[in-house]
Amino acid sequence: MQVLTDFFIGWLKYDFVKIGLVGVVLFAPMYGMLGTMVVSGKLAFFSDSLGHSALTGVAIGAMLGLSSQIPSTVAFGVVFAIGLTVVKSRGKASTDTTLGVFSSAALALGLVLMSLGGGFAKYSSILVGDLLAMQSTDLIPLAAALVCTAVYMTFRYNKLLLAVSQPAIAKSRGINPMRIEVEFACVLAAVVMLSIRWVGVLMLNAMLIIPAACSRNISASVRKYVTVSIVFATASGIFGLLLSFALGTASGATIVLVLAVIYVYTLTYVK
Amino acid sequence: MKHNGETACGACCLQTKNLTVERDGLVILRDVNLHVHCGEVTAVIGPNGAGKSTLFEALLGQSRYSGKIEYLDANTNTRRKPRFGYVPQTLSIERLAPISVADFLLASITTRPVFFRSAKKDAERIRASLKRVNAEDLAERRLGTLSGGEAQRVMLALALTPTPDLLLLDEPVSGMDEAGRGAFYNAINILKETLDVSICIITHDFTFVNRYADNAVLLNRGEVAAQGRAKRVLAGEVFKQVFGMAGIS
Repeated sequence: MQVLTDFFIGWLKYDFVKIGLVGVVLFAPMYGMLGTMVVSGKLAFFSDSLGHSALTGVAIGAMLGLSSQIPSTVAFGVVFAIGLTVVKSRGKASTDTTLGVFSSAALALGLVLMSLGGGFAKYSSILVGDLLAMQSTDLIPLAAALVCTAVYMTFRYNKLLLAVSQPAIAKSRGINPMRIEVEFACVLAAVVMLSIRWVGVLMLNAMLIIPAACSRNISASVRKYVTVSIVFATASGIFGLLLSFALGTASGATIVLVLAVIYVYTLTYVK
Repeated sequence: MKHNGETACGACCLQTKNLTVERDGLVILRDVNLHVHCGEVTAVIGPNGAGKSTLFEALLGQSRYSGKIEYLDANTNTRRKPRFGYVPQTLSIERLAPISVADFLLASITTRPVFFRSAKKDAERIRASLKRVNAEDLAERRLGTLSGGEAQRVMLALALTPTPDLLLLDEPVSGMDEAGRGAFYNAINILKETLDVSICIITHDFTFVNRYADNAVLLNRGEVAAQGRAKRVLAGEVFKQVFGMAGIS
């Protein structure tokens, strides 16, 4: 009973829940939208590597003694994303092997840097993330990122879709798929790095991919695919956050479980 | 000769001079000299590994090459970069991919993002281009569920929007049944007669070359072994040597 009360009205008393909810409403639509392209472009492993690299970014920020780790994390993420995209396209080894190497190297480097001073424990929260630890000042960069992502996707979606799904045809029509993909990787990296502290390294990829994967099961057109993915991401974000508050569980993981349930349900619709 | 708008003038042409492609130290194409006119169908034939697809890649600017590729626009009498329409061998896409035929075409020809409702004039435009290849009923189908022949027609519709200077078809009928082939070739023939476009087609179907192609280029081991009027190339000695069989009369 207490759980139900907390879920429906109990949270109204707490500002940190309200801030968390606003945060979710700001970042979930970005995840829903970018996720459609990650899934269509088979970039799931790529975004996973990006998440792992966040550890290194945060560690570098801490070592440089920056007051906020956001700039260093975003900068590192963008550089890592560009490097990864270029190596992936130039490399002779298969993509999953290349990404596997980069992903584990980024993770290892992050762990080494963080444990240098013997203080890994103070960073461990970044692995799981905590949406309810958001401050109201954290909402500003998220809001800016949402606007930028929406503008970027509006102007680039068509080219991006053609570049990731039919690169040969894209090239013949004067599109440079490599450039388009690098751009997307940078935007994705920035969004991932901005939100990684709340979402958590371990949960990041699930939040990025599952909404789009659910939507893919029930959509036959791009319009429905994108819309439904954004709706799923946002709705399960809100629902999962309140549920985690009521149950006292990890917020990111709870959201991911809600998404997983939706995914299983949408599987029954696959034609 | 001047254009009369739609139909071919026969004077626009694409020329390659000593087109050579090297990859990893291997010469894949050597000194290819082509001359392709609008209003004509040029068949590119040759055994596997002869460099046919590489020739297309070089034309499309996807492979690094040496030599020259020039396009002369007879209408303005200027040399410029030609506009290509390219139809790859197959359309590889997951069956479940949530992209309809209309989405695919709209994404390629408009800048308005396809997750918005499409503008009326754009919808009209893609309907018209699908109609041209008898595929207007495919607009709402998922791209991944099209049969080989349907996918080819959709890609052809896209390649023709906007009308290119040069239409490149890479083995378009492989995997199609007899009826599908016939329909596809008829469509190509109509295009040739109604549009101001040069058509280059990689094919192993010599009956087609004999019936519809004006010119043929026979590639063997990266070099042009023979080129000229299609019937003559098919009847020539080189053709017999390369394919080890009698030409088609």
